[in-house]
Amino acid sequence: MPEPVIHAENLVKTYRSKGQPEVVAVGGLSFEVAPGESFGLLGPNGAGKSTTMKMIGAVSTRTAGELSILGLDPDRYGPEIRSRLGVVPQQDNLDGELNARENLFIYGRYFGLPAKVCHAKADELLAFAQLEDKAKSKVDQLSGGMKRRLTIARGLVNDPRILLLDEPTTGLDPQARHVLWDRLFRLKERGTTLVLTTHYMDEAEQLCDRLIVVDKGMIMAEGSPSSLIREYSTREVLEVRFGASRNDEVAPQLHGLGERIEVLPDRILIYAEDGEAALERVIAEGLEPLTSLVRRSSLEDVFLRLTGRSLIE
Amino acid sequence: MTDARTVAQPSLDELRAEAMAWGRRPRRRGALYVADHVVHAMRAYGWTIIVGALGQPILYLVGLVVGLASLIGGSVTDAWGQHVPYLVFVAPALLMTAGIQVASEEFSYPIMDGFKWRRYFYGFSASPISPQQIATGVAVGASARVLLATAGYFVFVWLFQAVPHGGTGWLAIPIGVLAAWSFGMPLLAYAASLENDAGQFAMVQRFIFMPMFLFSGTFYPLTALPIWLQWIGWISPLWHATELGRVVTYGAAEPVWLTVVHLVYLVALAVGGYIAARRIFVRRLGA
Repeated sequence: MPEPVIHAENLVKTYRSKGQPEVVAVGGLSFEVAPGESFGLLGPNGAGKSTTMKMIGAVSTRTAGELSILGLDPDRYGPEIRSRLGVVPQQDNLDGELNARENLFIYGRYFGLPAKVCHAKADELLAFAQLEDKAKSKVDQLSGGMKRRLTIARGLVNDPRILLLDEPTTGLDPQARHVLWDRLFRLKERGTTLVLTTHYMDEAEQLCDRLIVVDKGMIMAEGSPSSLIREYSTREVLEVRFGASRNDEVAPQLHGLGERIEVLPDRILIYAEDGEAALERVIAEGLEPLTSLVRRSSLEDVFLRLTGRSLIE
Repeated sequence: MTDARTVAQPSLDELRAEAMAWGRRPRRRGALYVADHVVHAMRAYGWTIIVGALGQPILYLVGLVVGLASLIGGSVTDAWGQHVPYLVFVAPALLMTAGIQVASEEFSYPIMDGFKWRRYFYGFSASPISPQQIATGVAVGASARVLLATAGYFVFVWLFQAVPHGGTGWLAIPIGVLAAWSFGMPLLAYAASLENDAGQFAMVQRFIFMPMFLFSGTFYPLTALPIWLQWIGWISPLWHATELGRVVTYGAAEPVWLTVVHLVYLVALAVGGYIAARRIFVRRLGA
């Protein structure tokens, strides 16, 4: 592996408010990210993903542990590190008083880029974000998807070595998500290192070469999406529904029909290498589910296995 | 998917050197970039600024010259026994009020906007700019508008022949900016510390700005008030700035030590507020 552009070892972040007990947001994460890699932090809300991103983004100082970004310590070289990062925050924080193009131009100035370069960059990024016809529109007039694309474009104004994306597609409709994914694939092809947090497993599977599953500030598992699925789940999953009132009652009869079962409030998941065969066994037991679905295992199943909880609650 | 790791990547040493080079300019000029942004964004409400800067002086001056001055006989005796035309007496107070008014606008809701509503300060802080530079840049950017307002006001009062001491009278402009800072910097710190808007700025307007405007020797000498009300003036940056303004615009004969007190008081408020604001920006943006 080439020298990592991000190196974290026992990274800890705690918060203490007056009169309140200490809150551990990140409880000792260790990971590395190689140049050009697309690395994901997967976990539910409150897992510590955004806090980790703020520390990587050199805006939040760590409480303990080691952290090195581009070979530099963020506590000492925050401005230098941030000058080579692109950041797409969870919530858009564009300047609503400015239009789309001005937002890009002004942000370029923050990196010390000459005005001429900022103008050229603004036009290039408007094209990248497919917002050329919205160049003079005030930010408040843009749709959610457009604002998100503009925020990503703004994060690229300095041709960053590392792009940090915190829940980049939360709140977007499926079409807008796919447009964003396409833009991110292009960046990846150019060799930009991507670090993203998400609680969408399909997004993590689409975008990440490698990821860590985080819960309560701790790493639960690490690997590529496919290797995590292989390691922590079966090839297929049978989902059966007997009605919310009957699921618990039927569950004991399903034990042994697959490698493992999970009883959720609305459905029962039967983990099996062959989902269709498992369904046949369910019917042979004389059980008649209201609905059934056989699907491939996903990172959602990995997370459920590791934490006993669903990613999106 | 293309394996991006096949794209040629620079070594860590090269990346480190690149980051060091890129960080140099924002470290030096970050606050100016923020100030530039603030001024740029003001263009969105540029007409309000221009109409406010031009309209307010005209209304006040005409109103006072045509109305109040004729009612009270055209002149007034100041706190040091000098008889001066009423307009000459009141002009520095109006100029200082204008500066403070602009500061109260720029250092209140826009700060809440940056931290809470549109959260664009967080966008700034993801760039190489530090929280301290953001605080300074916001203050400098807002000061540009204060300067425009006080300079505009000065031109009007000068045209209305309310500045008999032309040689030193122009100093009312920087004093106006200092007055704006002395009120605005603590307000900046306060605004930056607020998590939610529960009407605090309206309270500042009603219960701090308005009493200050009315009881700071603005329209009559502070000594005209009963002693139990004069303390409002003593702690009011507007009174200190107004008295300084009267010294430079018409040569009010106050003792030198008092002039020094006015200056020290205004500078202390401005510097104290600025230091507090920088700390609060660091706490909120770097937590």
